[in-house]
Amino acid sequence: MPEVLQAPLVVEFPFTRSLGPVQSAFLTGLRERVVLGVKTGDGRTLVPPVEYDPVTAEEIRDLVEVAPTGTVTTWAWNHEPRRGQPLGTPFAWVLVRFDGADTALLHALDAPGPDAVRTGMRVRIRWAEERTGAITDIACFEPYDGEPGQPGGHPGEFEDPLTGIVAPARLDYTYSPGRAQTAYIQALSAQRTVGERCPSCRKVYVPPRGACPTCGVATAEQVEVGPRGTVTTFCIVNIKARNLDIEVPYVYAHIALDGADLALHARIGGIPYDQVRMGLRVEPVWTEGARYPDHYRPTGEPDADYETYKELL
Amino acid sequence: MTSEGAPAAREIAVIAFAQTDHRRSTEESSEVEMLMPVLHEVLAQTGLRAADIGFTCSGSSDYLAGRAFSFTLALDGVGAWPPISESHVEMDGAWALYEAWTKLLTGDADTALVYSYGKSSPGSVRDVLTRQLDPYYVAPLWPDSIALAALQAQALIDAGHTDEPALAAVGARNRADATANPHAQLKGRLPHGDYVVRPLRTGDCPPVGDGAAAVILAAGERARELCERPAWIRGIDHRIEAHALGVRDLADSPSTRLAAQKAGAFERPVDMAELHAPFTAQEVILRRALRLGDDVRVNPSGGALAANPVMAAGLVRIGEAAARIHRGDSGRALAHATSGPCLQQNLVAVLEGDPR
Repeated sequence: MPEVLQAPLVVEFPFTRSLGPVQSAFLTGLRERVVLGVKTGDGRTLVPPVEYDPVTAEEIRDLVEVAPTGTVTTWAWNHEPRRGQPLGTPFAWVLVRFDGADTALLHALDAPGPDAVRTGMRVRIRWAEERTGAITDIACFEPYDGEPGQPGGHPGEFEDPLTGIVAPARLDYTYSPGRAQTAYIQALSAQRTVGERCPSCRKVYVPPRGACPTCGVATAEQVEVGPRGTVTTFCIVNIKARNLDIEVPYVYAHIALDGADLALHARIGGIPYDQVRMGLRVEPVWTEGARYPDHYRPTGEPDADYETYKELL
Repeated sequence: MTSEGAPAAREIAVIAFAQTDHRRSTEESSEVEMLMPVLHEVLAQTGLRAADIGFTCSGSSDYLAGRAFSFTLALDGVGAWPPISESHVEMDGAWALYEAWTKLLTGDADTALVYSYGKSSPGSVRDVLTRQLDPYYVAPLWPDSIALAALQAQALIDAGHTDEPALAAVGARNRADATANPHAQLKGRLPHGDYVVRPLRTGDCPPVGDGAAAVILAAGERARELCERPAWIRGIDHRIEAHALGVRDLADSPSTRLAAQKAGAFERPVDMAELHAPFTAQEVILRRALRLGDDVRVNPSGGALAANPVMAAGLVRIGEAAARIHRGDSGRALAHATSGPCLQQNLVAVLEGDPR
């Protein structure tokens, strides 16, 4: 078996998220070095605050400032920080209950080593120098021996409150298409198209995915198909896609390659868009160094008879 | 329905179970290529063909594959043409089984195929799982799955319910039991290892691996026709806790206890339990929440500490418990599945064989 292909795959999104009134106040507060909690119906103060009481599901809006000092309720020593985490040097993950709060917030504690951390230890916020209204406006916590901080009684109303945040996400993968698609891609690199035949229904699938979706069995027998094929159906594209250098209108078509039992799709060129028709015989056009045909063009053969491709629409 | 009240619910059983060998990497296979052998195996166990199945439900996650709608490609493996009745949950397959169970309860189908799979090898599952966290307050800090489990382990140690040697013993017992499980990824004697995130060491953490599992459910007489000793689902329930970690008592699992109560787990003792505890400390928490005494055999398969295919490990627990009933090794078994950080969501099923 040829070596299975692999390639790096990075999935990266800037998620834009709206904030409700409570989250807006909390994150705007961090920007202004104010820590806000929210009061529940039974008088508890939740930090970080949420819009709905986790016990009763009642809407809660009663914001109250708490002190920037607190107590570690549990911790874990992280000797190898990972990408995106709050500190680049070894640190403790901590849940911190702020003075005046009844619940705890997750963050990082900057400490010299695990022996300097314990449940019950006193800590205070180290603010980030540049604050934008995000949980990372708290750079981290640091050990603190002094008196509990005094909350300023902030009502939770700000000029210029945040209405949303952008939360970037990035995950790194090594993508492998598996055996069947590796064979397909490797054949394409030699400008050949291979499918796989189902051992049960004898249909040839292009591109192959290693399974027959009708029979639910593995496919393995490779079959070279094409290069010529028949347009089974098509559409005329009138809107120009961004970053795509193709003049509109153009035709996108399903093409049943000779010997295949599944139509693949590709652009049709070399013929005016309004002359493309079902049954048109086409062949691939490769450009230098390409990994797949740039488009398909008419072969000049007579059109295929409808009976020969009607099952492949 | 009569004035006497609701009719008795249909009896529903797990009648077949298959799983892959769980391995660190299956890069030579696509998801469907990895999945197909277990689908064929459960069908072969029952003599059913794919076209005979009344309802199909799967569990998986796009975040593992790094691709949108990745489950649709796996559908090729079940023969979705002509069209079938199918559903998918973006969760562990145990929750897909729950959906299939409710479908059979309605009487719309007599048999169901449930499968799930996960390939963790393409990405870094520690980081991938951070994307299920609260996106406003928690996810921007990128606390990885082991860090969160370590916070939970420390909370348990602080509460006086365990210590590091006891956790090491939990890991050792699971991996020793896994030597009898041909599908397990980590088995036998392993060192407790170095800290990954203290207090958790490598031996307290699950292996990262790829794998798939499938079960078939059947209702009433159909189950008896297809299986010599069906594993009847006497009760099944799932519960969730507040998503904010700082609101919860991490040393306890009230959602597991409530799900177990609703599933009838406390009505009579079970003789064995398959607990989905990817981290050693979580087994301690679950045993306490489920009031399992030392006489209950826990994770004879080696559990998630021996093989933890994300999205399939919970379904494997139900399958392992059912398979012991099929073989006559258990009369009444408990199966548990979890999802989310620090045992956030928990499902409990109680399975029984017919009296012998």
